Order: sequence, then structure tokens, then C-alpha cells
Amino acid sequence: MDAQAAKMIGAGLAAIGMGLAALGVGNVFAQFLAGALRNPGAADSQQGRLFIGFAAAELLGLLAFVTMIILVFVA
Amino acid sequence: MAAEQGGKIDPMHQFLIEPAFGSHWIVGGYDLSFTNSALWMVVTLVALWAFMIGGMKRELVPGRWQMAVEGFTGFISGMLEQNVGPGGKRFVPYVFSLFMFILFANIIGLLPFGIVPGVHPFTVTSHMTVTGVLALISFAIVLLVGFGKHGFHFFSLFVPSGTPALMIPLIFVVELMSFLVRPFSLGLRLFVAMTAGHILLKVLAAFVINGLNLGGMYIGLVTAPSMLLMIGITLLELLVAAIQAYVFALLTSVYLNDAVNLH
Repeated sequence: MDAQAAKMIGAGLAAIGMGLAALGVGNVFAQFLAGALRNPGAADSQQGRLFIGFAAAELLGLLAFVTMIILVFVA
Repeated sequence: MAAEQGGKIDPMHQFLIEPAFGSHWIVGGYDLSFTNSALWMVVTLVALWAFMIGGMKRELVPGRWQMAVEGFTGFISGMLEQNVGPGGKRFVPYVFSLFMFILFANIIGLLPFGIVPGVHPFTVTSHMTVTGVLALISFAIVLLVGFGKHGFHFFSLFVPSGTPALMIPLIFVVELMSFLVRPFSLGLRLFVAMTAGHILLKVLAAFVINGLNLGGMYIGLVTAPSMLLMIGITLLELLVAAIQAYVFALLTSVYLNDAVNLH
């Protein structure tokens, strides 16, 4: 298998990682909504933590994207 | 922007940094030309200046513009008070400047300036050179405040209270690594979010043009859905632009809390 083909296959595998990170991001918002609908009074105070959790989960998805871009365009 | 011959799509050309006014300006072996990145940073600065000055009339009963500006300042002030406490007030100017610059830079990169012939919009924050420096500035302020206020006691941040003595060396190393990754993750998050969004929009735009070039049934099959997707994703990108600016400022506040209050 020549290097270019291997890079493309690696990029495709890295793109799968983005799908998994999407599950994580959905999880963060789903749990926040589940808790917020049970205790609406406490929801607004936790909004900051919601976005911190979203940022952390999204970062890992973006890291998978960076791996893919490096394989396709840089390496 | 015609599609490339042979159907090959090049989504990365939009991120190319080149001199804004033609020729390079080389001084002592270094290329100091005024790039398109610098040009759009000046555009961001002028837009931000105009926005702020328009809202500083200090009317007792504020008009809409002043309300908008005060909305932003109150938002950042509240965020710092919530995350850092009373010691956070001195950071409001820095975090506000950071938030507004990133917000305006992200949004200006999405505006349809391409309608004007010859203008090529450029997202300033789509380069690690810009976002990395912003993250490094935040991290440097955290270190300066932390060591300035607590001296070497700052290292107690890496040993949470209540850890068994046997685990302290391991926990210290893990916490230290996690701390040192912070500026990298802060800059990378903003950079990749902006770059990914613009790559997606460019690929969809290439689909639209390729569909038009093929003509016939491909217009309905390729061009129309891609155009609708572009509209939807531009809306999403506007949301992401605002969220990423907010997350950058929020995480800076959280890291400053670590430095000021040591937990």
C-alpha cells in the first residue's frame, strides 16, 4: 500500500472519531436538559458549566478533525 | 470563484496569508509585509471601535446602541464576578477586549463581503498563529497573577486537598500536565472550530458551482440542496462563532479563578 493511500485511509478513520465526539457533545446537552427540566430553578446557575463541558467534549472532536486535516493536507 | 478544472475542490486556499497590497516587504531577512490577516484585524478593530464609541454616549436613559454595549459589558462583568468572585473585577478590561475581539473577528469572517468585487474576506482567528497568541496571553496573565499573588505556594494548586501522601507525586505530575496543556487546548479549540466551519462552507460552495457547471438536472440535484445547506450551516456557524468566543472568555475566567483563588 503506498503512502498516499494509507494517508487517505487514516484520514477516514480519524473522521470516525468525530462521530464519536458528536455522541459526547449530545450527551452533555442531554444530561443538562434532563436535570434542568427536573429542577428549572437551578438551571440558569449551571449554564456556565454547561458550556465548559460542551467546550471540552467539542475539543476532542476537533482534535480528530485536526488529525484528519494533517493527514490529508500536511503529511 | 470558479470551480477548479477537473472537479478537484481546494478548500484550503481561503486560509492563505499573502501581502494585502501586492508586493512583499522584506526587512533584514524577515517578511514584514502588511498581510490580509493584518488587514482584516484592522477591519475588526475599526468595527469594534465604532461599536463601542457609538454606545458610550452615557445617556441616563440609554438608547438601543448603548443598551447593546452595556449588555456586553454587563455580561462579561457578571461572568467574571460569578467565576472569580470579587477579585475578578480587575480582569474585566482584558476579558472584555478578548471576548469582543474574538467575537467580531469570527463574525466578520462570515459576512458576505465577497459580493464586493475584489474583496476576499478572511477569518483572522482561523490561524493558530492568532489564536495561539491570544491563548498564550491568557496563560501568561494566569501565571503572572498566580505566582505574583501566591509565590511558590501556587504549586499547591496541583495537589488537591485530601490526597493520600502516597499518591501525591503521581497526582502532581498529572495535574501539572493537565495545566500545561491549557494554552494549547484554548488556542486549538477556537482555531479548529473556525477552520472546520469555513472548510465545510467552501466545500459546499464548490458543490454549488460544480452543479451549475454541469447544468441540466444537476442543478436541482446538487446545487439547490447544497445552497440550502450553506444557508443553514452559515446560521450554525454564526452560533458557533458566538459560542467559541464565549467559551474562550469563560475558560480564561476559570483559569484566572485558579490563579487568584487557588481552587
